[in-house]
Amino acid sequence: MTKKYVSKKVEAMQPSGIRAFFDLVLGMKDVISLGVGEPDFVTPWQIREAGIYSLEQGFTSYTSNKGLYKLRLGLHQFLKKHRGLEYCPDEEMLITVGVSEGLDLAIRAIVNPGDKIIIPTPCYVSYAPVVDLAGGIPVVVDTSKDCCRLTPRTLERALDAKTKAIILNYPSNPTGVAYTRKELLALHAVMQKHGILCISDETYADLTYDFDHTYFATLPGAREHTIYLDGFSKSYAMTGWRVGFACGPRDIIAAMTKIHQYTIMCVPITSQMAACEALITGRKSVEEMKREYRRRRQFIIGRLNEIGLDCVMPEGAFYAFPSIKKTGLPSMVFSQKLLQTQKVAVVPGTAFGVSGEGYVRMSYASSLANLKEAMNRIEVFLASIRK
Amino acid sequence: MDEILEILEKDGRASVEDIARMLKKKPSVIKQIIQKYEKDGVILGYKANINKEIVKEAGSEVRALIEVNITPQKDVGFDRIAERIYSFPEVTSCYLISGTYDLLLIVEGKDLQTVARFVSQKLACSEHVRGTATHFLLKKYKEDGIILKHTDDEDKRITISY
Repeated sequence: MTKKYVSKKVEAMQPSGIRAFFDLVLGMKDVISLGVGEPDFVTPWQIREAGIYSLEQGFTSYTSNKGLYKLRLGLHQFLKKHRGLEYCPDEEMLITVGVSEGLDLAIRAIVNPGDKIIIPTPCYVSYAPVVDLAGGIPVVVDTSKDCCRLTPRTLERALDAKTKAIILNYPSNPTGVAYTRKELLALHAVMQKHGILCISDETYADLTYDFDHTYFATLPGAREHTIYLDGFSKSYAMTGWRVGFACGPRDIIAAMTKIHQYTIMCVPITSQMAACEALITGRKSVEEMKREYRRRRQFIIGRLNEIGLDCVMPEGAFYAFPSIKKTGLPSMVFSQKLLQTQKVAVVPGTAFGVSGEGYVRMSYASSLANLKEAMNRIEVFLASIRK
Repeated sequence: MDEILEILEKDGRASVEDIARMLKKKPSVIKQIIQKYEKDGVILGYKANINKEIVKEAGSEVRALIEVNITPQKDVGFDRIAERIYSFPEVTSCYLISGTYDLLLIVEGKDLQTVARFVSQKLACSEHVRGTATHFLLKKYKEDGIILKHTDDEDKRITISY
């Protein structure tokens, strides 16, 4: 009855098949889940302790809209020292509720009705809906033919006069693809030629395994055309704290801050206090977690290829994105059958766009024991569907 | 530290095949390296971490931390006297420490009397031992990086998410 009140745009948003599959997983017991999009580590204790201490000290108020100055200053120093990025903590930086908010703000701050935003897919689920809600036109670019890597040629072909920006996420959720400096230079050249903005979602940057991550804004001439989005969730295992940040040219950050101040006001102070601690003492934990992920990555990719699911070595994040085309099953059917017969949960590739058909996402943010058992079960499953 | 050691330190039962997969190396190579570690005494052994607090028959075991003051000897310093002390099977750990005392021992016995007897009859009267201070252990919270509390390791994350 009350459905008539819901806006048509919102009504059309969530692909219902995926929702139903998620409900199926959530309703089942004793599932080994490779479907979780967050670290399996708990936030390092000293960071949690800093949050608790701030509460004991009575820090329970709003902060400035932009975020605690202490955190922005800490970030400024951290980015300068470790990442070769220099952003003014007063005018070029905004603390956001995770990268999710940062992305939404970036899109809403730049999009005029009808503006096109390039979205290479398979990609994180929120990109297209956020663009759509803001009145922009998501231009979904299929990269599956190039091993899920955006090439300058594909980018060039997707551009036209109405294109305003691209959302570039690397290392990528769901594919684990990361770009080398050389690849980024080539992509940037195309963007520069057409004068488009790059919204770079680099939330998995700390989890790049085979080469050093190149921050997009460090490319020559890129800084003024880049909105750099990042956060504490993945690096420091702080997903539930919801702290991210956006850095970019001052006009754009000012525009984003305007929306942020009316919609969010500020990020919870406890989380910001904990994030300050993460910047100071969290690096050792980041390195430890990264080594652990790297080993699991090699384990899971090794096993996947052994049992006959083709999977390229992902360069970053904590996802494997194997092809299941050999089985002849659509992603959704594969995932449902695997769940029902072997109680292993994965996310169908189609959750990340139609170009994800023929793939599934497996998260290796799970203990090695779990990964081992899951791979054994998948092996049994593959044998059963071959018969 | 080499990653093989890092893996084995966490899980002594990790198989050669799994370690090989994790490090993208051949199992034969991993096997060789581990054998060398064992031969060189880098890896001294493999054991289970048992929470003796909840093993019934071992539950009556008593442990004490004992600080020992000793007179160092010419040429060998503390080493010889330390060796004489740590050779007693009751001594499960022995450290040379800085500060007021020289050695810190962990001593195990089946009851209070056994430990007390060891201290008075074996340790305190040893040549070169000038004094001891015995602290009986009341409760173990954490040992060698392991928290001695049974947790169910429940995954608090939602089962599936983007």
